[in-house]
Amino acid sequence: MTVHNLYLFDRNGVCLHYSEWHRKKQAGIPKEEEYKLMYGMLFSIRSFVSKMSPLDMKDGFLAFQTSRYKLHYYETPTGIKVVMNTDLGVGPIRDVLHHIYSALYVELVVKNPLCPLGQTVQSELFRSRLDSYVRSLPFFSARAG
Amino acid sequence: MAIFSVYVVNKAGGLIYQLDSYAPRAEAEKTFSYPLDLLLKLHDERVLVAFGQRDGIRVGHAVLAINGMDVNGKYTADGKEILEYLSNPANYPVSIRFGRPRLTSNEKLMLASMFHSLFAIGSQLSPEQGSSGIEMLETDTFKLHCFQTLTGIKFVVLADPRQAGIDSLLRKIYEIYSDFALKNPFYSLEMPIRCELFDQNLKLALEVAEKAGTFGPGS
Repeated sequence: MTVHNLYLFDRNGVCLHYSEWHRKKQAGIPKEEEYKLMYGMLFSIRSFVSKMSPLDMKDGFLAFQTSRYKLHYYETPTGIKVVMNTDLGVGPIRDVLHHIYSALYVELVVKNPLCPLGQTVQSELFRSRLDSYVRSLPFFSARAG
Repeated sequence: MAIFSVYVVNKAGGLIYQLDSYAPRAEAEKTFSYPLDLLLKLHDERVLVAFGQRDGIRVGHAVLAINGMDVNGKYTADGKEILEYLSNPANYPVSIRFGRPRLTSNEKLMLASMFHSLFAIGSQLSPEQGSSGIEMLETDTFKLHCFQTLTGIKFVVLADPRQAGIDSLLRKIYEIYSDFALKNPFYSLEMPIRCELFDQNLKLALEVAEKAGTFGPGS
């Protein structure tokens, strides 16, 4: 089991943070373009899913998987989106994504007066804490990445 | 019963077959007196609740029936505009049924081609080499399973999150498509499937899959 990468978007589609661990293939487009493509895909999936659903939804879209990876999605009521790509063996990780939001993003970015909201997070503390949290996850394998 | 619907999308992203096998009823009927304490608005030729969520009536629900008569888009059964009808105090008390708006065939076409693009983007953004597109998409109310054949046809099944055995059902649908659509001399490739045998056998396969799928935890 392994974690490939993680995106953090705000409600306007700005990529607040991106980090990767075991990523074997790049999208082949500039990073900025990739964030936009990712956000656009999630935006469309959200509207797609809300139209397709036979019942009223509470949490909405949770995850999708292809033959090689699984994308986990978590959105807060304020529109912050946490997206983590892992391999297929990882089960539901809503609590992990919620932890990244509540214990890392809120504590280290929102409550930090030096971090302007709505822009890429510059905080070195946030980066290192996030990195060590993800590396400590039970499904983060130690395989060389 | 827990398989909601089946879509078949051709390689260009066009919807060539759609079947709604089961639609759970989430409707609320209530009698109102004047003035109406809900805010209704017109959206996409339908009257939707914009404000005033209560008693199982939620924002986004559409007016489905007035006094037991099904409405027709933004018109009542006898051809009057719903919003106008409901603004007239003489028509009260009135009983209105609300529910999730049903997808129109145009919306289904649009959603099918939308999924076609999402499928492609899903494979482009992959962090691993050689990934397919979206095979399974999970939400809290349903799971969407997709199987793409080597020739590019996509079979999409929407089912309850707990329904098991969808992968074998998708392959079965492919088999039925090959047997009853492709082998039908009157069927032209990439065009909508209108074959009675295809219909019958697909419905049969859905029934079998629904019965065979277990609903135990973790299945």
